[in-house]
Amino acid sequence: MTEAMPLWEVFIRPRNGLSHKHVGSLHASDATMALNAARDVYTRRGEGTSIWVVPSSVISASDPDHAAENFEPTASKIYRHPTFYEIPDEVGHM
Amino acid sequence: MSEALKQAVLELADDHLILGHRLSEWCGHAPMLEEDLALPNMALDLIGSARTLYGYAARLEGQGRSEDDMAYLRTEREYLNCLLVERPNRDFAHTMLRQLYFAAFMEPYWQAALSSRDELVVGVAGKAAKEMAYHIRHAGEWVIRLGDGTEESTRRMREAVEDLHLYTPELFAASPAAAACAEEGLLPDRAALRPAWERTIAMIFDEALLEAPEVPFPREGGRQGLHGEELGHLLAEMQWAQRVYPGAQW
Repeated sequence: MTEAMPLWEVFIRPRNGLSHKHVGSLHASDATMALNAARDVYTRRGEGTSIWVVPSSVISASDPDHAAENFEPTASKIYRHPTFYEIPDEVGHM
Repeated sequence: MSEALKQAVLELADDHLILGHRLSEWCGHAPMLEEDLALPNMALDLIGSARTLYGYAARLEGQGRSEDDMAYLRTEREYLNCLLVERPNRDFAHTMLRQLYFAAFMEPYWQAALSSRDELVVGVAGKAAKEMAYHIRHAGEWVIRLGDGTEESTRRMREAVEDLHLYTPELFAASPAAAACAEEGLLPDRAALRPAWERTIAMIFDEALLEAPEVPFPREGGRQGLHGEELGHLLAEMQWAQRVYPGAQW
């Protein structure tokens, strides 16, 4: 089954102006069938205005064993967060 | 005129309910999760249209019957659906081909119905035309992949064409009631939709490496209530709860 029906990752854009967001995966024989299946499985409640499907096999993922060296060094660099200046009230939500 | 319209609307409603019920039979049994959701999705499209149409037929009749009375309390001979929609699911090839045959007819039907003089018909058409366009795509893609697939899928697809093609001429035949409604501009002229249907089927069959056979002796009779024995089994399954517990609701 996985040979004839490889795995696809599904990304849905909920509204114009927002970006596509990963919602799950499914099995399909090719891109056209994957798009149809994504429509049937993941947009039944009006979740989307656009669908992307990507073969799971082409996604390169970071190694969980590298999590410490990848992500922990940023924890001590709080100056990268732009939180050291005051925003006047008139500016509103940024 | 309202008697003819009631009758013709009932024919349409029966087509949609029976095919919707057939698709719903796959729920929990489809070969993969993706189709297990897709088939009931499509069933609900059809049953949704059927509900509106039954409600309208009941109002036109004016005897105080409800959409549920229409669906659950009519006997086999009172059902006016075409024979194609009651054909059993058999395998995925039969199910997808039956869906393609029906949707390839109903899509141009609802497109034409957008210019009906009847407001409710226009309302149903606006929603249903889009649903049918998707059913053509979904079923069509499967027909292409099964027809031009493995040895087994090709054999099954060809068997489905042989089994079902002879039920398609009935789609274009108008009962006296439907003909009267077409005359009045209330419902589309069914025969006029044949070229559009043939174009859709030819395009998909071309890719699927399938051939549409000649049909010297088409199967017809559904519009007069003359059905195959399979409809009786379908109705028994669909209606038993209302028959055993009259008026039951949830």
